[in-house]
Amino acid sequence: MTSKTTEVIVSIKDVHKSFGDLEVLKGVSLDVRKGEVICIIGPSGSGKSTLIRCINALNDIQAGTIHVCGIDVTDPKLQKLELRKRVGMVFQQYNLFPHKTALENIMMAPTLVLNEDKETVRTRAFALMQKVRLEGKENAYPGELSGGQQQRVAIARSLAMNPDVMLFDEVTAALDPETVKEVLVTIKDLAQEGMTCILVTHEMGFAREVADHIYFTDNGVIVEHGPPKTFFTKAKDPRTKEFLSQIL
Amino acid sequence: MYEPVQQGKILSGIWMTIKLSFYCLILSVVIGIVGAFAQGSKNVIIRSLVQGYIQFFRNTPPYVQLLFFYFALGQFTPTYSPDGWLEIPIISNVGWAIISLSFFAGAFNVEIFRAGIEAVADSTKEAAESLGFSRFQTFRYVVFPLAIRVSLPSLNNNLINLMKTTTQAYGIAVPELLYQSVTIWNDYPSAQYPTMLLVFVVYILLVGVLVMSMNRWERKLRIPGYGH
Ligand SMILES: Nc1ncnc2c1ncn2[C@@H]1O[C@H](COP(=O)(O)OP(=O)(O)O)[C@@H](O)[C@H]1O
Ligand SMILES: [Mg+2]
Repeated sequence: MTSKTTEVIVSIKDVHKSFGDLEVLKGVSLDVRKGEVICIIGPSGSGKSTLIRCINALNDIQAGTIHVCGIDVTDPKLQKLELRKRVGMVFQQYNLFPHKTALENIMMAPTLVLNEDKETVRTRAFALMQKVRLEGKENAYPGELSGGQQQRVAIARSLAMNPDVMLFDEVTAALDPETVKEVLVTIKDLAQEGMTCILVTHEMGFAREVADHIYFTDNGVIVEHGPPKTFFTKAKDPRTKEFLSQIL
Repeated sequence: MYEPVQQGKILSGIWMTIKLSFYCLILSVVIGIVGAFAQGSKNVIIRSLVQGYIQFFRNTPPYVQLLFFYFALGQFTPTYSPDGWLEIPIISNVGWAIISLSFFAGAFNVEIFRAGIEAVADSTKEAAESLGFSRFQTFRYVVFPLAIRVSLPSLNNNLINLMKTTTQAYGIAVPELLYQSVTIWNDYPSAQYPTMLLVFVVYILLVGVLVMSMNRWERKLRIPGYGH
């Protein structure tokens, strides 16, 4: 789509992650280059959320390495703040701050975490509201917005930190069918502007259209991966075939 | 009804009760907030200290706490001498009453705020964390403002109780309303019941003011489209 450099900005190598006795990631490796959009698909419980939460250190891992923009995420002396400035994350349940207006939600992190000047941040926040097509809703509280609108505020809130990578964890899964599209359009805009995106999604049409690369996970491993063209038509593994036959 | 001397006693008693209540309310809420924050600490020692504090102050009678603070701990407080003769302890009986009652009510406030904090969704905290908020920033700007809204009704009750518990300061001769009233009816036994009635009325008014300001605060904190 857009021109891609070869610079790898997220590098995941042989990652193992367990919750107690339950091994959830059993040696996962993948690389994401700058400007790339990758989609992770797979059955529920296969470890997709766990994997992307490891990328911004919301989960720790037991073995393997993760590098994000040159930051070693598994370093015990990791400066989490440095990592989180680089990585934006959007959740299935939006997780906006319910006691703050849309605009305040967007402004909070840049002013508190980056100590940026409030007026500069305000201007940027207004621009971001426009970008996610929510101009006029600046003073609405999350509880006054629809799911799709809240999710777009959540995207704007992450973007306000000027991240290098965006993580999306099933961000349309909780939405009404008619609002799914408005959120997907927002993400597509981002992708086209060259934002590096890692998405967990069940929207196959969207994945086919936007992704540069698709990964299929099952039971803690990456079973198969490839660019959408070959992935959707020439899947080899029986598990992938079965999953695709169910979902398409 | 009363002659000027007695009126003066009542008024100064009411004023002392108001001051006592005010400082205790503020201090106990501060203790509640700090304690609830410390309870979320990763450090086991800090957590057990807070837990021990709560257990002690919640499970023992506040009146005995007050006497203990004043008589036992009071002995060890340093004194100062303004004129070289008199030895005045740096913490007066009023000071001890404020400290003791605040710690007593504070123990309940910690629990009240903790319940509110536990009601804040982990996912909301995670959102703050993934935006780079520190643990303190997450508490200060996200968790606490949401928790306080959940905690307000219970906090309301505890503060009302605290206000009424200030009468126990009578036990260490703090000249608050009850103390003043007792001195009056000791001198004039016939004034006993009217004075008691007066104490009731004053407390109904004071608690009424407290409840009204708490309700106003609750309304101010209400978020459009959130909660009720
Ligand atoms: N915090 C946790 N504690 C224990 N088990 C967890 C935790 N988070 C996820 N799991 C388990 O890990 C597995 C993978 O979960 P998840 O990564 O959420 O899968 P997916 O997002 O693909 O549906 C599931 O079996 C889930 O129950
Ligand atoms: Mg998931």
